[in-house]
Amino acid sequence: MTKHSDHSIEISGLNKWYGDFHVLKDIDLNVSMGERIVICGPSGSGKSTLIRCLNHLEEHQEGTIIVDGVELNNDVKNIEKVRREVGMVFQHFNLFPHLTVLENCTLAPIWVRKTPKKDAQAEAMEYLERVRIPEQANKYPGQLSGGQQQRVAIARSLCMKPRIMLFDEPTSALDPEMISEVLDVMTDLAKTGMTMMVVTHEMGFAKQVADRVIFMDYGEIVEQAAPDEFFNNPKHERTQLFLSQILAH
Amino acid sequence: MSALIKHTPLPDRPPPSSQTGIVHWAKQHLFSSTTNSLLTLASFYVLFLLVPPLVNWALLSATLEGTDRSACEANGGGACWTFIKIRFNQIMFGLYYGSHPEQIWRPVLAFFMLIGLVAPLFIERFSYKGLLAGFILLIFPFIAFALIHGAWLGLPVAETNEWGGFMLTFILSIVGIIAALPLGILLALGRRSELPVVRSFCVFFIELWRGTPLITVLFMASVLLPLFFPSGVDLDKVLRALIGITLFQSAYTAEAIRGGLQAIPKGQFEAADALGLAYWEKMTFIILPQALKISIPGIVNTFIELFKDTTLVSIIGLLDLLNMSQTAAQSAEWRGYDTEAYIFAAFIFWIFCYGMSRYSQNLETKLDRGHKN
Ligand SMILES: Nc1ncnc2c1ncn2[C@@H]1O[C@H](COP(=O)(O)OP(=O)(O)O)[C@@H](O)[C@H]1O
Ligand SMILES: [Mg+2]
Repeated sequence: MTKHSDHSIEISGLNKWYGDFHVLKDIDLNVSMGERIVICGPSGSGKSTLIRCLNHLEEHQEGTIIVDGVELNNDVKNIEKVRREVGMVFQHFNLFPHLTVLENCTLAPIWVRKTPKKDAQAEAMEYLERVRIPEQANKYPGQLSGGQQQRVAIARSLCMKPRIMLFDEPTSALDPEMISEVLDVMTDLAKTGMTMMVVTHEMGFAKQVADRVIFMDYGEIVEQAAPDEFFNNPKHERTQLFLSQILAH
Repeated sequence: MSALIKHTPLPDRPPPSSQTGIVHWAKQHLFSSTTNSLLTLASFYVLFLLVPPLVNWALLSATLEGTDRSACEANGGGACWTFIKIRFNQIMFGLYYGSHPEQIWRPVLAFFMLIGLVAPLFIERFSYKGLLAGFILLIFPFIAFALIHGAWLGLPVAETNEWGGFMLTFILSIVGIIAALPLGILLALGRRSELPVVRSFCVFFIELWRGTPLITVLFMASVLLPLFFPSGVDLDKVLRALIGITLFQSAYTAEAIRGGLQAIPKGQFEAADALGLAYWEKMTFIILPQALKISIPGIVNTFIELFKDTTLVSIIGLLDLLNMSQTAAQSAEWRGYDTEAYIFAAFIFWIFCYGMSRYSQNLETKLDRGHKN
């Protein structure tokens, strides 16, 4: 069933509306295996909507989205298949507050991947070590700081051994002193060759990690380029304006 | 590097004493303004008029001695608690157990078994909740029935039409609430379903029962239900009431749970979806545990309502706590002591309802605190 191509994600002619509101307009985007993409743009420009379409948290009305060789349509089987291979990290972490950190990490592997509980726990501990909080395994999310919670959320996604990771402003809800601990974990992850799509305004992270930076405005991809080119030599007026605003402070 | 100034935080001090103490409390709560002071004085006056005669009647000049009405008549004036004492078993356990006190251990044992089984469900770290809940739902009812009804295990038979009193009130409401729970969960989920057919059916079902008074439901359960069964099948009267009560209660439970479901942030659903959990996995492990916890105060409140509403089963000829008290007061031996009967029934209802209401308030405060971190 899985078609082999060197593209992890293929989006073509993607259009989406909320009621009458045209939120995504003619999006064409291919993401190669192992590519790391940073998406930026003003608030309300459709960045979240775009990456949420990639695991079908949002439904699109026009165009095709093929993720890891599986086309996202209304076939529930396909949606399940894609979600197994795509991890997502949210702005507000969305950890399960009634489960311990370890249970947060093992639930999906046990039920979706059918991993035996013992193995799932051992693997979860490995990932918790990778995000540097193995000692918090038996605490509840409410007992952790924001930065720690977000790292647990990353570990929870990684426990499903996804081939693609989506991040929606993972550091926007964090106090400033906790941002770097999360970005460090994401940088480590980038080094493992994970395909990543990251919505963020952390331009330092973009410069250091991204292969390509995409600028969105009013539901369109306005400009995309390698970070060097993007930051030093933006082609579009809107990109320039946005960069000057975001880099001003 | 030059030496840095070290900062020692100030120690905490207790609040000033004018903020504490009984005088301060009275000032704040009873005499904070002229209106408030007047209301306080008026309330004290009303209490002064009501409480002493009541205490006198119910306690000081009441009768508890003796075994028949002559003791009360000799004493005159006060309440005749002798009546309640002598008819206690009948009022609490109904006609059969009232006249077979040596068998009362059976319903009592069933009651404590239930408490013992339910208690572990409230222990946070108890990990076999599902299994235990299944046992309570599917197996315990048969054990309880075998105990209370008898016939099995060689116990003398207590026909259901001789069940009554507090025992019947308790059975009707506890079975109602427990059986309504799974049904209510399904209805609440169905009401939020994306499938229009399922959603419409659940909305229709819920609104049907919510729009019908329990008394009508009981009436229909006793008159209409037998029509759905082949003639000759004689549906037990208590069972008929239970079916009606369960369906009725499931609608209210569903609404309480729907409130809980609505309180779960969208992010929880999305995180579960993004991890690839299927619908029932998402609901069972992520959404329902959180939603049910939030719904407990609401469910307890509907339970209190139901507990009191079970008095309506008199309409189909069942003698619950209230009606059994009344019946006892209408016997030749104790004619005329209705007041005592009503007050005793009210007292038992009050103890249970107040206890449950306090419990649900405690829970609400606890949950509020839980949500803040
Ligand atoms: N569920 C929704 N219903 C209607 N409008 C929505 C919904 N979600 C987002 N929008 C609108 O779509 C636009 C794009 O949203 P979003 O993708 O979240 O933007 P971004 O992530 O770039 O800030 C915004 O104007 C937002 O108000
Ligand atoms: Mg967004």
